[in-house]
Amino acid sequence: MTELLRTHGLTRHFRVGGTFSGKRLHAVDDVDLTIDEREIIALVGESGSGKSTIARLLARVYAPTAGEIIYRGRSLAKLRRRKELLSYRGDVPMVFQDPFSSLNPAYRVNHGIMRGLLLHRPDLDAAGRRAEAVRVVEAVGLHPAAEILDRYPYQLSGGQRQRIGFAQALAYRPKLIIADEPVSMLDVSIRIGLLNLMAALREDEGVSILYITHDIASARYLSDRIAVMYGGHIVETGPTEAVLAEPKHPYTQLLLSAVPDPRAPLDEAAVVDRGEPPRVVDPAPGCRFRGRCPLAIERCEVETPLLRELAPQHRAACHVAT
Amino acid sequence: MPLLDVQHLRVEYATENRPAIAVDDVSFTVGEGEFVAVVGESGCGKSTLLFALARLLSPPAEITHGSVDFRGKNLVTMTERRLNVLRWREFSVVMQSAMNALNPVTSVGAQLADAMAAHGRYTSAEVTQRSVEVLKLVGIDPIHLASYPHQLSGGMRQRAMIAMALLFTPDLVIMDEPTSALDVVAQRALMVQIRELQAQLGFAVIFVTHDMSLVSHFSDQLLVMYAGQVVEAGPTRTVFDHPAHPYSRGLLDAFPSIHGPRVPLTGIPGSPPDLSRLPAGCTFQPRCPVSIDECVTTRPPLYPVGPALSRCLLNAPAPVSAPEASK
Repeated sequence: MTELLRTHGLTRHFRVGGTFSGKRLHAVDDVDLTIDEREIIALVGESGSGKSTIARLLARVYAPTAGEIIYRGRSLAKLRRRKELLSYRGDVPMVFQDPFSSLNPAYRVNHGIMRGLLLHRPDLDAAGRRAEAVRVVEAVGLHPAAEILDRYPYQLSGGQRQRIGFAQALAYRPKLIIADEPVSMLDVSIRIGLLNLMAALREDEGVSILYITHDIASARYLSDRIAVMYGGHIVETGPTEAVLAEPKHPYTQLLLSAVPDPRAPLDEAAVVDRGEPPRVVDPAPGCRFRGRCPLAIERCEVETPLLRELAPQHRAACHVAT
Repeated sequence: MPLLDVQHLRVEYATENRPAIAVDDVSFTVGEGEFVAVVGESGCGKSTLLFALARLLSPPAEITHGSVDFRGKNLVTMTERRLNVLRWREFSVVMQSAMNALNPVTSVGAQLADAMAAHGRYTSAEVTQRSVEVLKLVGIDPIHLASYPHQLSGGMRQRAMIAMALLFTPDLVIMDEPTSALDVVAQRALMVQIRELQAQLGFAVIFVTHDMSLVSHFSDQLLVMYAGQVVEAGPTRTVFDHPAHPYSRGLLDAFPSIHGPRVPLTGIPGSPPDLSRLPAGCTFQPRCPVSIDECVTTRPPLYPVGPALSRCLLNAPAPVSAPEASK
């Protein structure tokens, strides 16, 4: 498979506290991630683990503190000209979590799609743009497209709005869609429709998708590969089925044990974790999961574990895991 | 006598045209210490039902029919003054979004003290003692009495809300999607905690959620709501193992599993009906994969199916001409 995008040592820190506090929150630290063409990667982790920061770094909402993003062999830091940046933004659009606040309520649905087309598809004339808008709305499963385009967001349900989010992204002829928790605000009964839509977009439009979620079951349903984040680090990565069948990192094991599954009997003896996500402000070296980890050893206190390959393409950042 | 006995409850929202019936003829009971889950999609009336039970509805919503007997006293006809004696002490409500339900400009301790002052006379030493107790109960370090909501994580905020609801050890705690803003680990921890507190303190829970899988291991009774009506009700295990209503089956098939083979799922096509313009027959018929001709014209009653009840013509004991199921 051809590599589409790669991050190398991607790091983003934020200043916290007062202007002169000098404290830094390590939202994302030293992340290496590759995304191939036509691949769906799930980025899984709890609130505050840094997964949305990665999304924003890739969408160039934030600039990295250190490290680089290499898109089709070129570092993004080298993109200087407006045209190049615009082209990258069209290639890598983002779909947001909350479909109730990501569409402008004052405009009809076609507004956002048309503006995107005007900006990113200068090859099209007015009729071409209209035809393309109809095409993308149909591609996300909304019919009749012409009528939907003339509606206001309040006339659409949450699931329909989120589909419009994908239609907007699709209008740019994207290579990689960054979907930041696209279904977490939706009802359980319509989530599956959106997941199926993402799978279909990969099949029909050939896009790659970075699917960001805290729901590991939906990650399994959709993704080829999975990367689990904790406290700003990727702690485990590998083919989805391999990671779920044999989770190596204790945090991945915890995540899996927490998934509600009505088909499974309740394991009363299951370890119940009451731990809180770490606040990674000026972290000392050492594993960031050690405070919650049942397997922690002395070494975890002093040395940050790096990703190690424990099975083919399956890597975990843990001193103890085998 | 059950702790809570809801009979034929109906709630309408006045609109310019005809009223939207958000809760339609809902009946159920909650026993002492029981965990009752109410599940359904957005707009199915589950939150309205919960607000009606706690008498928290405000216009244009109004209870137009039915009764809510709490220990034999009808809450629907009770005056605000008498309700205030029961609220917090006998039953309390945990709201959906802890971020919005907690006051951002006062400390957690001040909010606990506020709730206590509103429902009794206590010395500040008593207030502090009780506040420390309830925070410990839900696993929050009492040091956070001085913290402001923004200094707590989402899970801690939600637990602080539950601590507040337990200040007077009520007999019934009504919860509106308390876990929906949390990630799976925090969600699971909170559910286990609610169950433990229940075993320890003996209160009953009415738990509203759209995520059916969440309550599968925690609730005793399950009510599935659709378009304002209960479409299936029964012991949780029965409903999960043998869902009788096509809507319950659809909900169950709507989420992927982390076990077993990866199978394509379809969810439930379409969206819930407009409550002010309901179809004449079964309200689920337009989305139902197994509907028959009668479904278009006949609104089904609740039929008994084993220990459960199901509002589906296919569950009628005799072919379709079945009599109205007895309540």
